[in-house]
Amino acid sequence: MPINYYITLALCLFAIGVVGVLTRRNAIIVFMCIELMLNSVNLLLVAFSKMHHLAKGAAATAGTDGQLFVFFIMVVAAAEVSVGLAIIVMMYRNVHSININFLNRLKH
Amino acid sequence: MNAVLLSGLLGVVMMFASFLFRTKAPVRILAILGMAVLLVANVLDTKGIHFFHVNTTGFLSFTGYALFFNTIVIACTLIFFLISSKDMQKVGNHYAEYFALIFFILTGIFLVTAFTNLLILFIGIEIISIPLYILTGSAKKDLKSNEAALKYFLMGAFSTGVMLMGIALIYGATGTFDITKMNIAGLLKSNLLTAGMLMLLFSMCFKVSIAPFHFWTPDVYDGAPNVFTSFMATIVKVGIFVGFLHLFYTAFDAIALQWKIWMAVLAALTLLVGNITAVFQQSVKRMLAYSSISQAGFMLFALVAMNETAHEGLLLYAIAYCLATIGVFGIISKMTDYSFDGFNGLAGHQPLVALCVAIFMLSLAGIPLSAGFLAKFYMLKAVIQAGGYMWLVIFGVLMAAVSAYYYFRVIQAMYFKEGPNHFSGISAFEKCVLVGICVLIVFTGLFPNIIFGWMYF
Repeated sequence: MPINYYITLALCLFAIGVVGVLTRRNAIIVFMCIELMLNSVNLLLVAFSKMHHLAKGAAATAGTDGQLFVFFIMVVAAAEVSVGLAIIVMMYRNVHSININFLNRLKH
Repeated sequence: MNAVLLSGLLGVVMMFASFLFRTKAPVRILAILGMAVLLVANVLDTKGIHFFHVNTTGFLSFTGYALFFNTIVIACTLIFFLISSKDMQKVGNHYAEYFALIFFILTGIFLVTAFTNLLILFIGIEIISIPLYILTGSAKKDLKSNEAALKYFLMGAFSTGVMLMGIALIYGATGTFDITKMNIAGLLKSNLLTAGMLMLLFSMCFKVSIAPFHFWTPDVYDGAPNVFTSFMATIVKVGIFVGFLHLFYTAFDAIALQWKIWMAVLAALTLLVGNITAVFQQSVKRMLAYSSISQAGFMLFALVAMNETAHEGLLLYAIAYCLATIGVFGIISKMTDYSFDGFNGLAGHQPLVALCVAIFMLSLAGIPLSAGFLAKFYMLKAVIQAGGYMWLVIFGVLMAAVSAYYYFRVIQAMYFKEGPNHFSGISAFEKCVLVGICVLIVFTGLFPNIIFGWMYF
């Protein structure tokens, strides 16, 4: 398949994620949208990795760095999830809500 | 390489210290000693003595500039520990872990200043950000701290997503993550590259709070515990700034025409928003949050200029801005009321502390004979040397004049108004540290050559 399909798909997923972050009010859903953004990047990196591998042809290791990057993103995203969920739980214990409209007490 | 591995190890040591020591004092002493060891190790690294021999070809390259900047970061963190480590006890029970997280953040800063691979940039920024989310929310019962942590986390993770998308697009266009091998000049018309570069630019602007991506900054800096605001507004910010400069200087210099004008507009916008909003604040802490935005605008001048003077200027700016802001926050975290009114009559109750605050404020405002003046001077000089952005220089000078208004308001409150004492006391040792910071600020302002002398020899 041409690379353009992958780019379009990844950008669509990414845009869904961005719109979700900007419009949804539930912290967990905002969080899921951020994960969607990260995963669209993973998809794109794998696609580009394959593309560069085919383009360079001869060398068997060409393009593998893109796939390696994906593993790093997964690990870091997992670390981020653990901290983020802990913050959301801490918030829930104090205000019994995970609606991010509560986040306006700091404005004044 | 010394500093990266040692600071990671020291972070682990601090984690063990939390159950080895029952009282707080040994933990604090261990942390301060650890930071001193880190400083020595990094200076030795600069002199060519390496403790660890790790092959980092294609991922990290520790240039003299990066190592010297790391020395500044470690020295500033040491000063931060000396003046604020006692106040960290007030935040919560996990005293040793706070130090551990700060050591981990330093590891991230060392990676970000020395990366040559976008993978390391990403990992470094995440190593900086994730502990910072925890530190921001470390006052667990305090609602403002909770909110600040959640807001910082959501915004930080979002900007990380944007950054990754940028990296992926750049990888698609160039086929490599190594910023020295990208051969960007051959790809001038590539849409993938331009889009990726813009996304990286936006996400880095998020991380260093450049307008219009600054909206999280005042809330987060205001909500986080004072001691940690001090750390993240200064050391972390300048650390990421050096990475920002390194990234655009090394990777995207060939397409500078595409982004330089945007950088200049962002710098002007940041100066405008930061300074004008700071004028209307009632709390000194919040005023400092906006002042940190406007100072970031000045630091962005380095990215507009992109020459040798800009690199030197960013170093000076790091020193001047970190020292003064750490000093002010060291005093704020000992005050019970940190609105402007809380500072009323401080000169009568605590003449020495008031004098120190006055010197810090003068340095932040950029009054001659202070380090802050020279830092601003170097930034303006760098842009003039680069040429073509005279309007930005004039605008910067105007905005520096505006900033004098809110810095002088603090001095006016301390010296020309009367009020009750809101200052909870300060030990003799901390007073010595404060005076030491003042001496350093004036010394840097008078003899910047000595600092550059260290850097090049």
